[in-house]
Amino acid sequence: MPVISSIKREYLSKLAEHGKRADGRKFDEFRKIEIETGVASRAEGSARVKIGNTQVIAGVKMDVGEPYPDATDCGVLTTAAELIPMASPDFEAGPPREDAIELARVVDRGVRESEVVELEKLCITAGEKVWVIFVDIHILDYDGNLFDAASLAALAALFTTKVPAKRFELGEDYPLPLRDPPVSCTFVKYNGVVVADPSLDEEEIAEARLTVATDKNEDIRAMQKGLSGSLTREEIKKVIKSSVDNGKEIRKILYKSIGK
Amino acid sequence: MKSKSDVKLIDGHGKRIDGRMPHDLRKIKIEAGILHRAEGSCYLEWGGNKVLAAVYGPREAVPKHTQNPLRAIVNARYNMAAFSVEDRKRPGPDRRSREISKVISEALEKVILTDKFPRASIDVNIEVLDAEAGTRCAGLTAAGVALADAGIPMKDIPVACAAGKIEGHVVLDLGKEEDNFGDADLPVAISPRTGEILLMQMDGHLTLKEFDEALDLAIKGCHIVSDIQKKAIMSKYESVLEVE
Repeated sequence: MPVISSIKREYLSKLAEHGKRADGRKFDEFRKIEIETGVASRAEGSARVKIGNTQVIAGVKMDVGEPYPDATDCGVLTTAAELIPMASPDFEAGPPREDAIELARVVDRGVRESEVVELEKLCITAGEKVWVIFVDIHILDYDGNLFDAASLAALAALFTTKVPAKRFELGEDYPLPLRDPPVSCTFVKYNGVVVADPSLDEEEIAEARLTVATDKNEDIRAMQKGLSGSLTREEIKKVIKSSVDNGKEIRKILYKSIGK
Repeated sequence: MKSKSDVKLIDGHGKRIDGRMPHDLRKIKIEAGILHRAEGSCYLEWGGNKVLAAVYGPREAVPKHTQNPLRAIVNARYNMAAFSVEDRKRPGPDRRSREISKVISEALEKVILTDKFPRASIDVNIEVLDAEAGTRCAGLTAAGVALADAGIPMKDIPVACAAGKIEGHVVLDLGKEEDNFGDADLPVAISPRTGEILLMQMDGHLTLKEFDEALDLAIKGCHIVSDIQKKAIMSKYESVLEVE
């Protein structure tokens, strides 16, 4: 593995010096994004997202449960991610490892802190019964940039979710109440260049990673830096600018996929 | 909760609850090679079931003590997505999925030329995205296509199909209500070239005569599904030829 990595590093670094990437993209360019909704009919909402060869599926299930003691009149939202062994020769079966937990938590923060789901509208009886939302994310094919693929899949699945009120004898089904979503964009740095939407090879040699979620007002809604390398202030500024630009395009693709 | 007697599964003309006749399969769609990382893969829709299968290997079996010095081990892992059923399923393996993984592994082992790869493992991952009765047959059938797509040497492409009994009639390929409220379910996997039976399970109640009839019907179903499997594999490689 280390031998292959160092060959890859040399190759990709050389290309970067000439302003190029291995797949011909510009530094701030995403791979092709495809979103397909309604892929699992037993889920309340679902979506399959492809970013290049990376493929992720998210499904939403809802149940009636108890609220958190510190928010007794709000619904509950939980996100889980599984790096199933199907997605990569390096993923193993078993309980979720650090990577899966970081991924789930970053996606969870993106969805929860941005308040995209109007949890306050999901109370049935204050202090007793609220709607509980489970977002389960399965990584099917891992070719880099799981953060953006997973959060986009979670958003698309939530946007197609129907609250199953009829099944719980609580009236008619209705669409999940949602606000405008923030869109996450991930960048990595290697050999002094910062590139958007890293492929697996680029991720493997990356020194630093930064994920920025921006909303339609171009405000920042979440960030996560990863890996042991450092970033300069200028680089971070550039990343934020590019997140806003790419975010706009991705938001268009998301809205188109849900017919909005 | 509906009880058995509330549901009429088959009418006087032999028409079933979803409009099928007793010997009809649900609609099946198979696509080979849909994942990039896996060495072989398959997406399969069977009625309301949606299943993915991915194959890795042959590669060194880990942990080392699982290695067999004479042949490869076959690890099938059947997993249901949390959102694949009406009430969310807790992620991770439970007793049911472990058992299904075991019987599928054993069925696949019979057709794979495992003695060509000592100390290796061949890993077959089956993910159920949507479940509607008959997921083990759908999973095994998808695994057969994914193994072929991965180029794993096999004596045959394994295939599965179930027959069962509803309200006294032997029928092919039980649907959801038929599985819940029917009298018996008999999933069978075969090697279609030789007719050898690779997997067989039954629950419910069948007379000897009904069992014979059901087994014949399940095997007939397997052969129909086998043709669809082969077409799916062929069409992937045909399109490759066209491009070239």
